[in-house]
Amino acid sequence: MRVMAQMAMVMNLDKCIGCHTCSVTCKQTWTNRSGMEYVWFNNVETRPGQGYPRTYEDQERWQGGWTLNKRGRLKLKAGNRLKNLMTIFSSPKMPSIQDYYEPWTYDYETLTNAPLQEHTPVARPKSLITGKEMSISWSANWDDDLAGSTELAPSDPVLQKVSDKVKLEFEQTFMFYLPRICEHCLNPSCAASCPSGAIYKRSEDGIVLVDQDTCRGWRKCVTGCPYKKIYFNHRTGKAEKCTFCFPRIEVGLPTVCAETCVGRLRYIGLVLYDADAVLEAASVEDDRKLLDAQRSVLLDPDDPEVIREAERSGIPRDWIEAAQRSPIWSLINRYEVALPLHPEYRTMPMVWYIPPLSPVVDAVSETGEDAENSGNLFAAIEHLRIPVEYLAELFTAGDTAPVTAVLKRLAAMRSYMRDINLGREPDESIPASVGMEGEQVYDMYRLLALAKYEERYVIPPAHAEQAHGLEELATECSLDYEGGPGMGGWGPFGEGSGGTTPIAVENFQALKQRQTTNTLADPEDKEKRVNLLNWDGKGRPEGLFPPAPGNERGAPERMDGTDPGGETDPKP
Amino acid sequence: MTTTLDLVLWVVVPYACLAVFAVGHYWRYRYDKFGWTTLSSQLYESRLLRWGSPLFHFGILAVFLGHVMGLGIPKSWTAAVGVSEALYHVMAVGVGAVAGFCTVVGMAILIYRRRTVGPVFSATTRMDKLMYLVLAIVILLGLANTVVGNIVGHYDYREGVSVWFRGVFLFDLHPALMAEAPFTFQAHGLTAMLLFALWPFTRLVHVFSVPVGYLWRPYIVYRSREDRLGGQAPRRGWDRVGARYRR
Repeated sequence: MRVMAQMAMVMNLDKCIGCHTCSVTCKQTWTNRSGMEYVWFNNVETRPGQGYPRTYEDQERWQGGWTLNKRGRLKLKAGNRLKNLMTIFSSPKMPSIQDYYEPWTYDYETLTNAPLQEHTPVARPKSLITGKEMSISWSANWDDDLAGSTELAPSDPVLQKVSDKVKLEFEQTFMFYLPRICEHCLNPSCAASCPSGAIYKRSEDGIVLVDQDTCRGWRKCVTGCPYKKIYFNHRTGKAEKCTFCFPRIEVGLPTVCAETCVGRLRYIGLVLYDADAVLEAASVEDDRKLLDAQRSVLLDPDDPEVIREAERSGIPRDWIEAAQRSPIWSLINRYEVALPLHPEYRTMPMVWYIPPLSPVVDAVSETGEDAENSGNLFAAIEHLRIPVEYLAELFTAGDTAPVTAVLKRLAAMRSYMRDINLGREPDESIPASVGMEGEQVYDMYRLLALAKYEERYVIPPAHAEQAHGLEELATECSLDYEGGPGMGGWGPFGEGSGGTTPIAVENFQALKQRQTTNTLADPEDKEKRVNLLNWDGKGRPEGLFPPAPGNERGAPERMDGTDPGGETDPKP
Repeated sequence: MTTTLDLVLWVVVPYACLAVFAVGHYWRYRYDKFGWTTLSSQLYESRLLRWGSPLFHFGILAVFLGHVMGLGIPKSWTAAVGVSEALYHVMAVGVGAVAGFCTVVGMAILIYRRRTVGPVFSATTRMDKLMYLVLAIVILLGLANTVVGNIVGHYDYREGVSVWFRGVFLFDLHPALMAEAPFTFQAHGLTAMLLFALWPFTRLVHVFSVPVGYLWRPYIVYRSREDRLGGQAPRRGWDRVGARYRR
């Protein structure tokens, strides 16, 4: 047994309202850069729907993930190592920009520059790839809220698997949202596909990262990842992916997507797993046994033997304790309500989902029956084949039994807790009917419904004795970096060349630029206002007082200690 | 008799270019690992790339191996293992023509693609354009050599250019041999040297990243946070307790 720790996430799909806040904040944090315009490390898909990139789940087409060869051994679906190398010059299964979407902006300037004319000027969309005018016909969430679903949803690869006779009549339509980030798999096929060995799994917390200095842009990882969560930065020619916000995780903060989640549906915590058992578990022959295999790889953090082994492999004591309090472990193995996304890809994904009960609840309440009654709900779960089969294709390789079990537990929690909330005698037969105890159901309710911040996120910070090596803890002056704070700019090979800049330095530069730039952020025709927090109290900085008559702007009276280039914000 | 010009062209220039090549790569790798990439444009366009890129790359790999054979291995060695002049000739011209043809066709597709596909063209830097120009000239001159050396006239490069080329690395200089070579051979050699000098400053550096190690390394790479994170080693005097000496 080789115990390793893994930072994992669970998302409670019942609570997702599809607001895309996670996507937007993630994009603002990580991918608001040239070359990454089309990239969403976090995206929210409406299901049924094609997803992003389009039909990425159709592995017969995209060849992502692992499969078993004739001898029952794990191999990359896209081909073995030699084939991988032979197809390096033109990666045949890589989605094109059209499969994601062509990013665009609008020429807003026309709105103010257009000459006097009969019709109101409009801002036309301009492609960020070609720079030319374009007509928008697809985006990362084009089929949001089932938009155009009669036309688009039939090509949802998951829906196609469910059954041939599924008709997407609107009366039968069900819908839920699926937020997706990188799965930070235990058996990552992206890393296995990388010819350069640039993609690695951090041995401390299992976060999968791309070494930007080692990546050579062979693009094999894009094909290798069945979730299509590795993106090619077309400006720098390097692969980039969700980082699980490691700079935040290292200091004990949840990821940006989780922190900003309006529905508070994300859970982050540690799980301990047996690294030696991963390969065997991923090689189980029957797709439908993969769920159990994956559950069994995770180790019980309360088991004394596991604790002993964990300590032996150098996992710090407070990490073990965090693993014991982990909401992830509880949701996966204690309450058994969380399921992995597409276990049949055999990558052992570590972002799990609690399937949504709401399609079932909605269906029951539409009939006028009591949608909180466990009997009604249980009957509906059995009766409503389409949602259950669909969820099963997503989470259990098509096996409906585990999905039904999870939905029943959620339904049982609903009706059991209703009795308590209404002050009625709790009906202990309800939890018993799903193999739980009342106490357990209450704990689950606490975790899922109340979802306190400190119960949702149990993130042990990285260790202080390692802090010096951590990028974001500025234990040494972050400006002492090669090239110094004056770095800005790029090397002689155009942008993207030169050494990587620490995030702290980048932030420093961005802030400085925003505050001192002469363009839009600093309109010439507007007065400046002084940031008093940065004023040292000496002298008269520019903009503190309105310009004296006859004294041109830009030539204020200066006194000692005044920094004319100091931080000033433009007036809105 | 070697003139000063011959000395400059066939001794000074080659050494200068090769020095730039070697030192340039070392410097680029030290300074610009982040910029060391193939800079693939497949995301923008893959229909033309699908044909052009493999044709060009496999072609140029074969051409490279041909050069290793032709320039690197002395005539006496091949003769010693019983390869007759005629056999070698047929082999070299046959394989060389196929490889050269693939390379040129692939390159034509790739250049056409680069010029006509909007996003690809706008992602092309000035350095790329210069590199494409020089590379195209080198390849076309190389192809011309096959014609000039075998069909139009006859020039046995294995007793001329090859000896000079090996001499450059063995410090056994024969500028006179190059001075006697047909013009296309001289031009091919010189432009190739120019290409070598440009090499470290272009995207061609990806040639040195051929990931052969992929065939043997374990599928999943684990890395510890401590030694790599932050991209910088601790400053001198700030090593953690127990850290080993960096030598």
